Amino acid sequence: MAKTDIYEADRDTTWCPGCGNFPLRKALAEALAGLELKPENAAVITGIGQAAKLPHYFRTNGYNGLHGRALPPAVAAKLSNPELTVIAATGDGDGYGEGGNHLIHTIRRNPDIAHFVHNNQIYGLTKGQASPTTYPGIETEVQPEGVTSEPFNPISFAVGMGASFIARSFVGDRDHLVKMMQAAIRHKGYALLDILQPCVSFNKVNTYQWYSERVYQLEDDYDNTDINAAFKKSREWGDKIPIGIIYQQKKPVFRESFPHLSDSIDVDGPDKAKVKNLIDNFS
Amino acid sequence: MDLNLVLAGEAGQGLKTLEALVGKALFRAGFNIFSNKDYMSRVRGGHNFMSIRFGDRPLQAPRQEIDILVALNDESIEKHQHKVSEDGFILYDGKFDDDRFIDIYASEMAKRINPKAKNSVYAGAVWKLLDLPIAILNDLIGEKFADDDIVYDNHQLLEVGYNAIDDEKYIDYNKSFLDGKDNQEIYINGNQAVGLGAAAAGVKFYSAYPMTPSTGILNFLAQNQKDFGIAVEQAEDEIGAINMALGASYSGVRAMTGSSGGGFSLMVEALGYAGVGEIPLVVAEVQRPGPATGLPTRTGQADLLFAINASQDEFPLIVLAPTDQEDAFYQSFRAFNLADKYQLPVIILSDQFLADSSKNIPEYKLDNLEIKRNFVDSDKVSPKSYRRYHFTEDGISPRAYPGQLADNVVLVDSHEHDENGFVTEDIELRNKMMIKRFKKLDKFIAEDRLEPEYIGPEEPDNLIVCWGSTAGPLKEALEIIQKRDENIGLLIFKDIWPLPVEKLKSLSNLAGKIISIESNFSGQLAKLIQQETTIKVDYKILKYDGRPFAAKELAERYFNEVINHG
Repeated sequence: MAKTDIYEADRDTTWCPGCGNFPLRKALAEALAGLELKPENAAVITGIGQAAKLPHYFRTNGYNGLHGRALPPAVAAKLSNPELTVIAATGDGDGYGEGGNHLIHTIRRNPDIAHFVHNNQIYGLTKGQASPTTYPGIETEVQPEGVTSEPFNPISFAVGMGASFIARSFVGDRDHLVKMMQAAIRHKGYALLDILQPCVSFNKVNTYQWYSERVYQLEDDYDNTDINAAFKKSREWGDKIPIGIIYQQKKPVFRESFPHLSDSIDVDGPDKAKVKNLIDNFS
Repeated sequence: MDLNLVLAGEAGQGLKTLEALVGKALFRAGFNIFSNKDYMSRVRGGHNFMSIRFGDRPLQAPRQEIDILVALNDESIEKHQHKVSEDGFILYDGKFDDDRFIDIYASEMAKRINPKAKNSVYAGAVWKLLDLPIAILNDLIGEKFADDDIVYDNHQLLEVGYNAIDDEKYIDYNKSFLDGKDNQEIYINGNQAVGLGAAAAGVKFYSAYPMTPSTGILNFLAQNQKDFGIAVEQAEDEIGAINMALGASYSGVRAMTGSSGGGFSLMVEALGYAGVGEIPLVVAEVQRPGPATGLPTRTGQADLLFAINASQDEFPLIVLAPTDQEDAFYQSFRAFNLADKYQLPVIILSDQFLADSSKNIPEYKLDNLEIKRNFVDSDKVSPKSYRRYHFTEDGISPRAYPGQLADNVVLVDSHEHDENGFVTEDIELRNKMMIKRFKKLDKFIAEDRLEPEYIGPEEPDNLIVCWGSTAGPLKEALEIIQKRDENIGLLIFKDIWPLPVEKLKSLSNLAGKIISIESNFSGQLAKLIQQETTIKVDYKILKYDGRPFAAKELAERYFNEVINHG
């Protein structure tokens, strides 16, 4: 296996000791090394939040943007430079909350990007408010009587939207996580990978132990091309939480609807003759 | 000569097609043209009109008096009849008790041939009134439709309209100039001019959410994306649109987004990212009156102070305010070079009046236009040494795109950051980064900022200041004003932020008054001038009803509000 130290950013993180982002980062290095992707050929594009700090602590091209806005720049970067491997990394708040509208439309577009959601079911950076995936009843400083809204189910949602790749993994099972990351990156189209990742500081319910006791790998005979099976699996949550590729299908990729774009990045301008022709339409 | 043709009716009656046909035909015939649209925010019904002003001298503005009114419904007569001159004509499908009316039986004739081509009857009738060769219209119809049957029907109905006018009803004017006119001209509207400038500058990514009156830029680039290798995407919202454009620009291509005030409001957080992240970005802000939803299809210049202050904290940005269809192309092209050179957002502050008005202008000259990308020289960067935000003398850091440099990565960040793009809260670094970013504006001011255009005597008594599209009507008004009050000058700001002040300072020591003329409520340019120079504007002529200035109106207000009461 290729060396993973080429992805080391050589700087201290501001993540809490024991944060699920650490094993996630390690898995990402292994995943990219296994795919022989050099740091300059990949870009990690994020919004804001603890998860979104990833480009600072991981050596690839990086774009740490605005809260909730990881997907639009990721879509456009891949469209503009098809040779770049584009990974959007968001938290559950970033990806499912503030950026919810972009999630809908990114699934519709089906760009060839991988989307890793660091899902810890809480807001970490802003110190423990509810996220879209927080359980009802969980009390926070902002929700002192407990969360009342139903949690967002990203897997059901993505299946419902007909996303072309939907998977779940858990940072406590690194081999599985590496495998899922690689499958998501290799997938031609939008690949949603929901990663269960404990927040040791603010989420006292969904801990390493809590997840470890519940997650199980999808059975060998599970058919991930069967959308009805995927719907059923997507509803499974509680005592048993399935991890693995829940649904996968081949669909036209976003860039295919732009056949006029060149195969590599186009940093030059048009021929003046072409511009002159366009001007002539107005004479 | 100076004639005004108004086509009026409700949305859905084919006014736009009729305007495009007749406007272009008058342009081809050799007239100078200024056409503009007055429309309501609805797809069908309502009252819309297009005015096509044409004549033997360059035209810059609409005129209110009408010479030929094409009334497609009764409401058009009610609304415009009183503005039709004594010896003018009203083309109408029916009878009316007024000598100026000509019944051209359009519906009846169209029913026999092709009801969808009814408006060609009007076009033919207009043509005969002006005694112009029908071949020009026939040719244009041929260019417009691919289907031979449709072309045939339209040709027939043109002729019906042409023959509906009897020979005594010609409009008498001097036709001799038509032969002598320079034909190296084009006929284009402001949105198209901005889109064309962007295409010429090599824009490779344009994303927007449709919003009047900026949608024309989106349409134009979408229709030409294949030829120019542009990815045009209709975003899910304005926030998505600008963040997409940022991602495209980060990845290395020239990127742009566009909207009007409300949509631009949604974009401003990301505009700040372009500033602090030093990501080149061109934003077309095509103003309409607001706030909130405002007057969607009307015009105004009330976003100036908002645009220059958009997004929180402070960061360098450049705002350009094109004055007309010619300037809009060059400013749009220039915006991309400035964005790349200085690695910051450049806003093109247009408005509905400019966006939707068409005018004949000299054909754009491409010889002196050069695309300058400003990427780092790949050979000069050693492995693992690249720093996106490296401190330099002039504040401009070496910019690379991801994958450009072997064994180097590009990290951009919306936080305050160090030279590598890594988040920092260090006091010294914060200060150095702020200074670094603002140094870029010093360089822009020294090397690239354009002083306003000045028209008038060396030492004017009175000085009018304006910005953007108000320039056109004012240039015409100035001729009227100068006939009575010779010693007046007009200063037109095209680069509006950072405000160029030298020319203004040199002119400000005048005997008379400084008057700002703007399409907003509070005189935003006047405020800006005072803020940047301490020069006080003495009078403000303001208009905020959503309609453009007419030249005569401006001249009258100047005499009434400044001279007579001054």
